[in-house]
Amino acid sequence: MRHMLLAAAFTLIAQAAPAGVDEALDEVLLPGLTGFSESTVALAEAAEADCTASALTQAYGDAWDAWLKVGVFLLGPTETAAPQVAFWPDKKGFTPRTLQSLIAAQNPVINNPERFAEVSIAAKGLLALEQLLYAPAFNSYGPGSYTCLLVQAVAGDLARTAAGLERDWRADFAPTLTSAGAADNAVFLDQSEALRALYTQILHALEFTADARIGRPMGSFDKPRPSRAEAHLSHRSLPNVLGASASAVALADALADWPLPRTGAALEALRDAAAKLDDPSFADADDLSVRFKLEVLHQKVKALEAVLEEELGLALGIAPGFNASDGD
Amino acid sequence: MNAGLHTTRRTFLASLAAASAAPRLGWAAVGNPAFIAAAKVPEGGYVLAGLDLAGTETFRLPLPARGHAGAAHPTRAEAVAFARRPGTFALVIDVAAGTTIAELTAPPGHQFNGHGFFADGGARLLTVEQEAKGSAGQIGLWDVASGYRRIGAFPTHGIGPHDAKLMPDGQTLVVANGGIETDAGGRSKLNIPDMRPSLAYLTLAGKLLEEVRLATELRFNSIRHLALRGDGLVGFAMQWEGDPGLAKPLLGLHRRGEPPVLAAAPLGEQLAMKGYAGSIAFCADGSEIAITSPKGGRLHRFAPGGRFIAPQRRSDVCGLAPHPEGLLASDGFGGLILVGPQGARPLARHRLHWDNHIVAL
Repeated sequence: MRHMLLAAAFTLIAQAAPAGVDEALDEVLLPGLTGFSESTVALAEAAEADCTASALTQAYGDAWDAWLKVGVFLLGPTETAAPQVAFWPDKKGFTPRTLQSLIAAQNPVINNPERFAEVSIAAKGLLALEQLLYAPAFNSYGPGSYTCLLVQAVAGDLARTAAGLERDWRADFAPTLTSAGAADNAVFLDQSEALRALYTQILHALEFTADARIGRPMGSFDKPRPSRAEAHLSHRSLPNVLGASASAVALADALADWPLPRTGAALEALRDAAAKLDDPSFADADDLSVRFKLEVLHQKVKALEAVLEEELGLALGIAPGFNASDGD
Repeated sequence: MNAGLHTTRRTFLASLAAASAAPRLGWAAVGNPAFIAAAKVPEGGYVLAGLDLAGTETFRLPLPARGHAGAAHPTRAEAVAFARRPGTFALVIDVAAGTTIAELTAPPGHQFNGHGFFADGGARLLTVEQEAKGSAGQIGLWDVASGYRRIGAFPTHGIGPHDAKLMPDGQTLVVANGGIETDAGGRSKLNIPDMRPSLAYLTLAGKLLEEVRLATELRFNSIRHLALRGDGLVGFAMQWEGDPGLAKPLLGLHRRGEPPVLAAAPLGEQLAMKGYAGSIAFCADGSEIAITSPKGGRLHRFAPGGRFIAPQRRSDVCGLAPHPEGLLASDGFGGLILVGPQGARPLARHRLHWDNHIVAL
């Protein structure tokens, strides 16, 4: 029965007009990049006005929200910029260590944006800011202190990264996507390849959300790892799960020229599962009852991915790659 | 063209070959392909294809299983198709006739590792092999004139060799000992904590001339594929088996008697390679060397001294070979991309999934 339904869906869509790379760019990706640029400028300006941790909570959260709208798609310039914006997971604790060593040395690199650009990515972006603004080891600094200047330097660098990212997309990668099939386009040989690139990143966003954003704090049954949750200090672990999932669905909606009712329902089910969790930082992940709720959340993200594969991927006629999946 | 000729070109050539067993036909008889490459057919099944410089298919022959790399005889229209490791077969194919001349079988307890090459002006075929148990490497020797008869073997002085090539002097071979022990007949990696890859230079009689090992912190970098320049500069491509996300260099350059030079792209680009380089080639004039990462969907161009030049994005890109205008890259979506000094353009797209390597003739 399921096969028949899938076959029917495939036939239906095979006759539909080509799905929308233009819509994906115009409705989701480019406005999202502008939003991210603007939110990081706002954060940098707020930090210039008042660098103390409590003054930046709102602007910091806004920057995360804006990043999740586009940063979960590791495509084109975003793929190489993403580690500078969100260096996570930081399995070896490079971020607190690098920040600590900058502070201990009162390293003057923070006074020069060009030199700061050369600093390790571990001391950059949203996760570095999170340490400075939320970790007790850092966040009691006063105005004018080295750490205050460091916050301003990291926020300024993030705003420049965001501006560069938007520039690279508009000048280079968006035209590469829309000119798929042109004689000088060696990246996308036809429109289906551009579609595939976008589609693959929708799935990636959900896989990363399930495996890392939820999977890392869950750890194993015997050894839960709440401290491994993404952005747990700023209580953004659960909001990030929801933000990333919603972004994946938004891009899918833009790509598809047809309604995605089951996808919408799967996102709602995910939100319902999220509402049952009390602590957005997953700090209680070692509590057995919470663990079961996290498992349900994980299943809902995987279910959303599976529905998207059927409602979108199958309709686009997309199968996995050949060389990338195995090594030699 | 010839009104009286009702047979196809291939059957005509086949009957011609059958009528006169020797001398064998040269590459001109099969349209002078510039490259051979293995591929998967979308409907299922595997083929070995010939390509000209424009990326047009010149021949296509079925393979019994998934191929990996190949070797082309320097003069005769004969190609050796190596199975993907652990290889149970290597087929010597008469490309003109479309027939298998010989089916090479690794000695008991050994398996082919996917690469090989001709030496002595085409008189001998050398195959990269390993012991099924323990993965100790060896080079197998085959005599071409007697119908690809096994005539000997010697050790590669390393574990899990993958690629090997004949140096420009025609007297020395260079072997990429990947360092990874795999289970007999499988692809599971058994010794990652203790792996010690090497680049080994040997005489054609198997004498070890020089051995290059990387610094301890790079010991998890499996040396797997090789590219040679006419002046003896060796490029080697690596696959990182250590913790992911460390952005270790994946390209090395080596000249006999000197320390190796390791090359990496700027951090964001290097991370995007995902610790994996699948193929390597110098461009035809030797002014650039490139590596591909199908996992990262990109090709990285470097100067021969190790300076990063530029990335080229292309999903599932892997195969790489020198082309008179730069480099030819192939991918799992059937694309053939020409990467020149000024950038890249698509040459052709086939309804095939190109496999890991392109072999230049």
